[in-house]
Amino acid sequence: MIPPVTEARGGLSRREFLRASAIAGGGILLASYLEPLGASNAHDFLVEPSPSTLNALIRITPDGVVTIVSKNPEIGQGIKTALPMMVAEELDVDWKNVRVEQAPLDTNRFTQQFAGGSSATPNNWLPMRRAGAAGRAMLVAAAAAQWGVPAAECVTEKGVVHHRASNRSVSYGAIASAAASLPAPDLATVPLKDPKTFGIVGTRVRGVDNHAIVTGQPMYGIDVMVHGMLYATFAKSPVFGGTVAEANLAEVRKQPGVRYAFIVEGGAALTGLLGGVAIVADSWWLAKKAREALKVTWKEGTTASQSSAAFARQAATLATQPPQRSLRKDGDVDAALAGAAKVVRAEYFYPFIAHAPLEPQNCTAYLRGGKLELWAPTQVPESGRGLVARTLGIKEEDITIYITRAGGGFGRRLNNDYMVEAAWIAKEIGVPVKLLWSREDDMQHDFYRPAGFHNFAGGVDASGKLVAWQNHFVTFGDGQTFAPSAGMNASEFPARFVPNYTLSSSVMPIGVPTGALRAPGSNGIAFAAQSFIDELAHAAGRDPVQFRLDMLAAEQPAPAPAGTGPQPIPFDGVRMRGVLEAVAERSGWGTRPLPRGTGMGVAFHFSHRGYFAEVVRATVSRAGVLSVEQVWVVGDVGSEIINPSNAENQAQGAVLDGLGQALGQEITIEGGRTKQSNFHDFPLLRHTQAMPVDVHFLKTAFPPTGLGEPALPPVIPALCNAIFVATGKRVRSLPLSKQDLRPT
Amino acid sequence: MTVRFKIIGQARTVDVPSDMPLLWVLRDVLNLKGTKFGCGAAQCGACTVHLNGTATRSCVLPVSAVQAAEITTIEGLSPDGTHALQRAWEELDVPQCGYCQAGQLMSAAALLEQHPQPSDSQIDTAMNGNLCRCATYLRIRQAIHRAAVLKVEATQAGRPRRLNGRTP
Repeated sequence: MIPPVTEARGGLSRREFLRASAIAGGGILLASYLEPLGASNAHDFLVEPSPSTLNALIRITPDGVVTIVSKNPEIGQGIKTALPMMVAEELDVDWKNVRVEQAPLDTNRFTQQFAGGSSATPNNWLPMRRAGAAGRAMLVAAAAAQWGVPAAECVTEKGVVHHRASNRSVSYGAIASAAASLPAPDLATVPLKDPKTFGIVGTRVRGVDNHAIVTGQPMYGIDVMVHGMLYATFAKSPVFGGTVAEANLAEVRKQPGVRYAFIVEGGAALTGLLGGVAIVADSWWLAKKAREALKVTWKEGTTASQSSAAFARQAATLATQPPQRSLRKDGDVDAALAGAAKVVRAEYFYPFIAHAPLEPQNCTAYLRGGKLELWAPTQVPESGRGLVARTLGIKEEDITIYITRAGGGFGRRLNNDYMVEAAWIAKEIGVPVKLLWSREDDMQHDFYRPAGFHNFAGGVDASGKLVAWQNHFVTFGDGQTFAPSAGMNASEFPARFVPNYTLSSSVMPIGVPTGALRAPGSNGIAFAAQSFIDELAHAAGRDPVQFRLDMLAAEQPAPAPAGTGPQPIPFDGVRMRGVLEAVAERSGWGTRPLPRGTGMGVAFHFSHRGYFAEVVRATVSRAGVLSVEQVWVVGDVGSEIINPSNAENQAQGAVLDGLGQALGQEITIEGGRTKQSNFHDFPLLRHTQAMPVDVHFLKTAFPPTGLGEPALPPVIPALCNAIFVATGKRVRSLPLSKQDLRPT
Repeated sequence: MTVRFKIIGQARTVDVPSDMPLLWVLRDVLNLKGTKFGCGAAQCGACTVHLNGTATRSCVLPVSAVQAAEITTIEGLSPDGTHALQRAWEELDVPQCGYCQAGQLMSAAALLEQHPQPSDSQIDTAMNGNLCRCATYLRIRQAIHRAAVLKVEATQAGRPRRLNGRTP
């Protein structure tokens, strides 16, 4: 343990200790230093009186209030509303009597407590419904037993069990305690509702935390308060993976309010605890101010020689050489290109970009008596627990993780670096501590969407049909291993939709951390592939929608699964044709003449089980100023839109997020470090840039799937394809702010 | 230094370094967590509060500048969470992650004070400093228009309409 600078007042009195303990099991302790100013700070975590627990997800009190536990982290995707909707639907209760409670990480009671891959809907659609249906079956069984009638004669409606024949009914609240003592039915066979009878799923339900949000109630990780807590900042090497050679700790300790300042050795893994200097003070602002006095000599390491410019040069060289690795080869691309009526070759580039969730990374940690408590806005609490356990040498069962609401995720919080940093600092000082990153820390220590370089050749025959597709993907990795989120799947479209297809790759070593950003892989690949498809359509003199429909009609059957590992989800050409035809119709594609300087562009992409086709209408002035006028979106995510209000919000947000990326976002690596630091040089989309986004869903006979991600990828190529129509200029490199868009 | 100001109608005195930004006084001294930290550079608007009625970025405002001032944070936008904007935000289901929304609401509230029936371009001008990383901009704009209507209705009805729970 690190000795404090001054006598720490953090030692808890006996009374305070008891108070902290009592609260620790119940959730976030929101102690206040002063009397609270408004009612909004009074946060009551007491459980309601005598609830009856039907299963891990459902509690019902005698007054009929139904508490449904939401197990997954809420990062803005709306899952804290959607999962309880599924439970409530099958439990058959009135939504207005439902209260939702966030679960902590508890792998004994829940499974798959994570937010990622737009996977919560497909993973939980049946389990959540079954949990609700099991609860309903127990309530019915209890009522039937009380009345001495067969359960099969009882029906339920909005939280009441009825026996029509004897004209008896009982509320769930009144029967819940009897139901709680009954055996739970077999989840695999419990009967589920006919979707035609749904009364909650498929209706517009407002976010369960909306009122708390609009009244400013504390609920995010950054808002957590633990009695006696100190505040930390953690300065890491600007060059990724660097470690501390020396630091002027004595000077830093003299700064006002500083309690501790110490070096963290750290390890080599970029996803783990890295070397740096921790400064702990009475307030975060004082810690941050003390950091201005910090002078560190860094052992920068080999990444210092890496840069975006050097990667681009290296990629250009690799593009001229035979690919290092073949990922897929169908037919004979060389022969098909040689015999094609028209051949197009083009190189596409997209840059590194950051996630920049608006709530900077943070975590509050308290280690005492060998037990560690963590309050973390993380997408993956379970892997965070594993990382912390391994790094600190603490058993997983001695770690409690409270999942806080997260101010955005977008994939950034799939890594738990901030958790292990907070845990380490807490271990060193033995006092509860909140680690908070600055925006600059966040921008410069992200796991970036990796840049990518696609070298295409494609051929169309005399009838305008696509006959050859070749992509040499130059990316990052080491030998046969791609860097995180820098790989490409051998099933990526248009595999199986063109007779002669090759996908190959070459990799460059990288010391810059990379990771999943909303629709990982897809957010760059769709730009490159769907733009290049557009080039081929125009080369063939074909309408870009019709050219794509013809491509989709040429589907070859998916091969039989190879091996026993996880199989890629096959792309269904029929479903994509559906959304493409619908978006063409809704956008009035090809039905009206466009003014000079205005263009409409189309693109589609399949990711995370979702099918999305999008059209963008954009205008480019003679001075090259781009204005995006409207976007039309049609998606197919299966048979049900769980919550249409949130679904529309997610799709609009994803589309505008994609536009923001395309318009101006780029992370530049220089000397092994990130050049950008805040929103002035890494611009997010602003109000004035948000244009109407028309969203429509096609319901199809497939199980419902997720929506956080798949609406994003197509908008970027759709925009670039619109720019081509408007200007005659083909955008092959992002961001658009660096392109000269003046019409040719 | 000792700074006295009025916050949400209450007189407060804090003894903090003079250059401490108001944001951190609110969050970590007064424990008013509704005002958010996003950038620390007046780039994102998550920290927007009203300073003598004007929408102001609290993350770059030294506390010394609020001596004797009147400050309103999201916690005090309305006594019971029923400001027309709060009602409209709930009704139209604006938030995704929700982190920026306190700042959005404070900017929008200042706008409505100045322009009770704002045009789209007035909304854009007033709101352009408030980033929403989830890009709920379309609903924010819709909700500001909706709040303008609710305000008129409330004036006509003589008292604010209570929001009816969380019913879909």
